[in-house]
Amino acid sequence: MTPARRETLLWIMQRASAAVLALCVLVHLVTVVYAVRGGLSAAEILGRTRGSAAWLAFYSLFVLAVSVHAPIGLRAVALEWLGWRGASRDWVMVAIGSALALAGLRAVFAVFL
Amino acid sequence: MLCSRRSGRSRAKALPPEPAVIASTETQATTTTLQVDIWRGGATGCLRRYQVPRRDNQTVLDVVTYVQRHLDPTLAYRFACRVGMCGSCAMTVNGVARWTCRTHVSKVMRGARLEIAPLRNLPVIRDLACDMREFFEKWTQARGRFAPTRTRREDFALIPPESRERRAVDAAIECIGCGVCYASCDVVAWNPDYLGPAALNRAWTLANDVRDAGRIERLRAVAGDAGCHACHTHLSCTERCPKKLSPTAGIAGLKRAVALAALKGEL
Repeated sequence: MTPARRETLLWIMQRASAAVLALCVLVHLVTVVYAVRGGLSAAEILGRTRGSAAWLAFYSLFVLAVSVHAPIGLRAVALEWLGWRGASRDWVMVAIGSALALAGLRAVFAVFL
Repeated sequence: MLCSRRSGRSRAKALPPEPAVIASTETQATTTTLQVDIWRGGATGCLRRYQVPRRDNQTVLDVVTYVQRHLDPTLAYRFACRVGMCGSCAMTVNGVARWTCRTHVSKVMRGARLEIAPLRNLPVIRDLACDMREFFEKWTQARGRFAPTRTRREDFALIPPESRERRAVDAAIECIGCGVCYASCDVVAWNPDYLGPAALNRAWTLANDVRDAGRIERLRAVAGDAGCHACHTHLSCTERCPKKLSPTAGIAGLKRAVALAALKGEL
């Protein structure tokens, strides 16, 4: 793959994940406000999320979009602020993306199972 | 006189506590006198204060020319056409990059003061003259040269003025290469490899030229973290462009064109 193609595909992935995140953040905030204003207890929230395939799918998508979006943005920040480029930067970003996915999915499954 | 150092590409902040004053001896009637602080030197230098007679319809270039002709003939600066066509007289005026030949003093002076310095993001040769090589080399890197598909034996290409491509070219073609956008761009300051708004704007005009043969090679040249994808859409270039062009819009167009080419496997 040419560097131009790689950079462009990363850019597309970041923009696409941003579009997903815009929707997810909106739904998430509305959900949080609803839960707080409605005075739902933790047990009541868990009662709704446990075994719900819809919440599982929604928050899994949210987490995966974050895991794609954040490392690509950090990669650009690393170049502009630290002048860091090359394979080492890319591997660190893969690690950060993986850590975000792992931690996020763990939390999603914790309220699903 | 306050001496400071222009470290690398950016000008050191320098406000003169008590600059050396070189006063005009001219006796023409003027309503007031301008206090003009002008950068003298290269990477290291000083702001030096001059007293210049204030005149009606006076441009910043008039002020600099007055200083050079009447007060200090060693002042180095660059200009040619004086009518906003050649793009050679751009300078930093009161902290903002501008074309000086079409900038009226009345629009930019603070009180009766002006601070005139060389453009940011470019090495200073001396005083107000910058080395523009890096700026124009980036036009070359962005494949800013037309690649013809026809020979002189063939007829003229007919391009409908109302076509989408031609309208996109029209919106961006009037660049005079003054470097104001380049000096105003924060991304250039952060990432010296970044091609900059002017080179990318040029690439955008050629990407829309239906006669051009180098489209894919050009899109390849402008993709990536030194090209269009580095743009943060701060819009400083669009805000400051004296020709009222929008390099930001051109860069956004390049991002779309490059993305499409990448998805088609052409990059």
